Amino acid sequence: MTTVGAPVRRREDYRFLTGQGTYTDDINRPNQLYAYILRSPHAHARIDGIDSAAAAKAPGVVAVFTGKDMAADGVGGLPCGWLVHSKDGSPMKEPPHPPLAIDRVRHVGDPVAVVIGETLAQAREAADLVEIDYGEEPAVVDPAEALKPTAPLVFSDVPGNLCYDWSLGDLAAVDAAFARAARIVKLDLVNNRLVPNAMEPRAAIGEFYRATGEYTLFTTSQNPHVIRLLMGAFVLHIPEAKLRVVAPDVGGGFGSKIYHYAEEAIVTWAAGKLRRPVKWTAERSESFMSDAHGRDHVTHVELALDADAKFLALKVSTIANMGAYLSTFAPCIPTYLYGTLLAGTYPTPAIYVETKAVFTHTVPVDAYRGAGRPEATFLLERIVDLAADELGIDPAELRRRNFIPADAFPYQTPVALQYDSGDYQTTLEMATSAADYAGCEERRRAAMARGKLRGIGIATYIEACGIAPSAVVGSLGARAGLYESAAIRVHPTGSVTVMTGSHSHGQGHETTFSQLVADRLGIPIENVEIVHGDTAKIPYGMGTNGSRSLAVGGTAIVKAMDKVIAKGKKIAAHLLEAAEADIEFADGKFTVAGTDRSKTLGEVALTAYVPHNYPEDLEPGLDETAFYDPKNFTFPSGAYVAEVEIDPETGRLEIVNFTAADDFGNIINPMIVAGQVHGGLAQGIGQAVLEGCVYDKATGQLLTGSYNDYAMPRADDLPSFRLSTHATPCTHNPLGVKGCGEAGAIGAPAALTNAIVDALRPLGVRHVDMPATPEKLWRVIQQHRSPLAAE
Amino acid sequence: MYEFNYHKPASLDEIANLLAANDEAKLLAGGMTLLPTLKQRLARPSDLIDLAAITSLRGITDAGDAIVIGAMTRHAEVNRSPVVKQGLPALAAMAGMIGDPAVRNRGTIGGSISNNDPAADYPSALVALNATVHTTKREIAADNFFTGMFETALEPAEIVTAVRFPKLQIANYQKFRNPASRYAIVGVFVARFPNAVRVAVTGAGPVVFRVPEMEAALTQNFSPDAIKDITIKEDGLNSDIHASAEYRAHLVGVMARRAVAACG
Repeated sequence: MTTVGAPVRRREDYRFLTGQGTYTDDINRPNQLYAYILRSPHAHARIDGIDSAAAAKAPGVVAVFTGKDMAADGVGGLPCGWLVHSKDGSPMKEPPHPPLAIDRVRHVGDPVAVVIGETLAQAREAADLVEIDYGEEPAVVDPAEALKPTAPLVFSDVPGNLCYDWSLGDLAAVDAAFARAARIVKLDLVNNRLVPNAMEPRAAIGEFYRATGEYTLFTTSQNPHVIRLLMGAFVLHIPEAKLRVVAPDVGGGFGSKIYHYAEEAIVTWAAGKLRRPVKWTAERSESFMSDAHGRDHVTHVELALDADAKFLALKVSTIANMGAYLSTFAPCIPTYLYGTLLAGTYPTPAIYVETKAVFTHTVPVDAYRGAGRPEATFLLERIVDLAADELGIDPAELRRRNFIPADAFPYQTPVALQYDSGDYQTTLEMATSAADYAGCEERRRAAMARGKLRGIGIATYIEACGIAPSAVVGSLGARAGLYESAAIRVHPTGSVTVMTGSHSHGQGHETTFSQLVADRLGIPIENVEIVHGDTAKIPYGMGTNGSRSLAVGGTAIVKAMDKVIAKGKKIAAHLLEAAEADIEFADGKFTVAGTDRSKTLGEVALTAYVPHNYPEDLEPGLDETAFYDPKNFTFPSGAYVAEVEIDPETGRLEIVNFTAADDFGNIINPMIVAGQVHGGLAQGIGQAVLEGCVYDKATGQLLTGSYNDYAMPRADDLPSFRLSTHATPCTHNPLGVKGCGEAGAIGAPAALTNAIVDALRPLGVRHVDMPATPEKLWRVIQQHRSPLAAE
Repeated sequence: MYEFNYHKPASLDEIANLLAANDEAKLLAGGMTLLPTLKQRLARPSDLIDLAAITSLRGITDAGDAIVIGAMTRHAEVNRSPVVKQGLPALAAMAGMIGDPAVRNRGTIGGSISNNDPAADYPSALVALNATVHTTKREIAADNFFTGMFETALEPAEIVTAVRFPKLQIANYQKFRNPASRYAIVGVFVARFPNAVRVAVTGAGPVVFRVPEMEAALTQNFSPDAIKDITIKEDGLNSDIHASAEYRAHLVGVMARRAVAACG
């Protein structure tokens, strides 16, 4: 009986909900030491000297290491995994990123030294004795400021703090379209910097086995094989075969645990030096200043429309903050995961985008749930709403008039992507009808009578997921392939272990993948075990990011199962004395077509491992591995409708309704999909109205360094979501799936901001930057005439 | 966290001895402010004296026309107490707005008022309700207890034992929360006594303060309209990334009017 499409309860939840998960910090190795990392209190300073003599002599201290110690040992810098070229063909500036700063610190939280002690308390205590002579220098934290000629330089050999100046699209075609446009709409906006805030802080344990020369790193990672490759090959120069990376249970990543971080290299290297395991666990305040942040764009956008309000061209200019160093995938986020999405759901014929990536004295910025696609969606859906306002056309109608029609697929955009399937009209109708969009004017009037400003906002979105065809991303600068792997081991009695290159850190793979395997192999779900997260167990894989696990990792599992079934047919044909071509596999049985003669998967598996009566020339065993490189990205899409009420006296906002209609292609577990949408919406809503990372512009200090000042969404900040889905299956993977992990975070900020601007439109407001905090809204209201007072 | 000596004495006398012997000792009530401060190494007490074993400090007593709340009584206990709900419903409601469930189940009234965080809720309740703070040495009127930011009239080695509130039906607390911390950006407690109205504001300034102009106007005419034209000066008010002094000053007026309206 199939469970595909059923809301099977998550198999992993028993251990998570009863506190029996094994997270990195739960692991303790014999004779383990503890690392405390000293971090820069300054945004920008020279390191004029480090005196660690007193700390080294403190009780329980085993060693104190600095960046110079690591450099003297030949330790390399943290590598960047994506090379972006500027408009003029020159490669991006790629300054060194030592795991511990050597001559200069470049952001608050930049690691400077590590104290390693018998206990964490001793290491922490001794850290106070390390004397670091800092020579403070001016800092710049704002990306637009960083480009100014007077701005302090983050790297002396990177003029203007410019990492790259990239563009995509046909500027001449865009300019020509603007020249003949009936209407041009312009907007300046900011996409606010976010702190990812996974529930589990990062942690790492390095271990060295003198007897074999092998290293093990336990780490909070979304992709252990990638960490093994990057750290082994570029930083510590350890051959893969001598380095095992384990990412056990991981409590949330949202992108922030994709990257190779300094602490992983520090504990692994120190374990080798000291011949003892070394453990480091981030305090929450360290997470704020050392986990890669997200977003942080400043953008100018212009949309050209013809007399029928059809989009003619889009022109976008963005300054993207890279932070103080290039994080692993940072360069591709505001370029190939951003500019390529600017067609959105519309057949805009000409699009041009340019992105200046700049260094600043802030924590590095990299992919965070959505990664480039929320930024693209936000500006596009804001400018479309603004165009609707300026033209006096209903925002839903303007979108309907401009959608790529459902019969136009495959659709080639002017910004490199080819969409395989979609039906934007239907998801918009589903969302607007579930949200009673037509009734919003009446609700607005009723709210006005209660003294509240009510507004409704729509956003459609498209994302490129199922990342990614290796040859395509390679041509765009990726220094890695982005296929996925899976191995299916059918055991002698027919139970199955699946080793996947994907990683689960909250997504529920142990359930979804088991459903998939149980369905295809016709065995009970209890007989399927999913193994992930350990380079010693799983084939080389790229892990989890970009909503790729099911579309790419799931397909690799399907391909491996295909191989299992193909081999099983040979064995069954032999046992049943039939031709291989006559064997059919269904419901866990190999059957001679047109007969009732069959062998179960278990019988075939037993034969494969006890091959007494077995085909000549066939290897024993039933254990197959497959790699799958996707043919294209997948393109989830959808429409969100947000409805808000604002208290004009205080600026306090209430989200009264939130409706989502998503197209994720086929769905294996609708409950898990709904959970993913809930989480994504919470983070998208967080960005829109609560979360904003603030640095002090004068000193570069991180002002939102704790939950006292950084507002994370809580359950009571959120409405009850109304969700629905509509499937146009992906055409190029066998499951027809597209991915669902990031959608909420991509579509929600624009829908909510559009609703807020709609609520304030009677006052003449045309834009509000995120996060729309109470004081910001109150000020906007103060600055405009109050229609309430006028009545 | 730095190392410290931990004590859990069984009597107030023992505490007095410990405090006398250790200049750098700190009292631990619910620990909802002290423990995070210690974890961040922002305080370095030599000794921590836990009040948890002093059972006489805990509990809610119906004293006829007043309610006496022991210093170690948890916010959740005040919130759920039938005595408080009946005799001083606004105080029970206020206690339910403090922090989150974990904080309400650990935090205490004595700890909160002794710490006197400028954004804490309790100071506004004590001042508006004209409460009396009982200590190991004396009784102090709430008006004289809160002296400055994180400062109180408590002398060294003086410990809050209880707070006595007069019973009052017509009172209300309106809190505008910081979206991140959920502390009060502005909290206004309005209490209507037979012959007077008291208005106390927390969150807006460095320490809880009364608004005499509002009190006078409301004594004459207890309605939101009576105070609609009274503006609060922003001078001296708190200003941070969440709320400017100007915004806080504005919110005091809004919250005060809403508190009056909610009194019915």
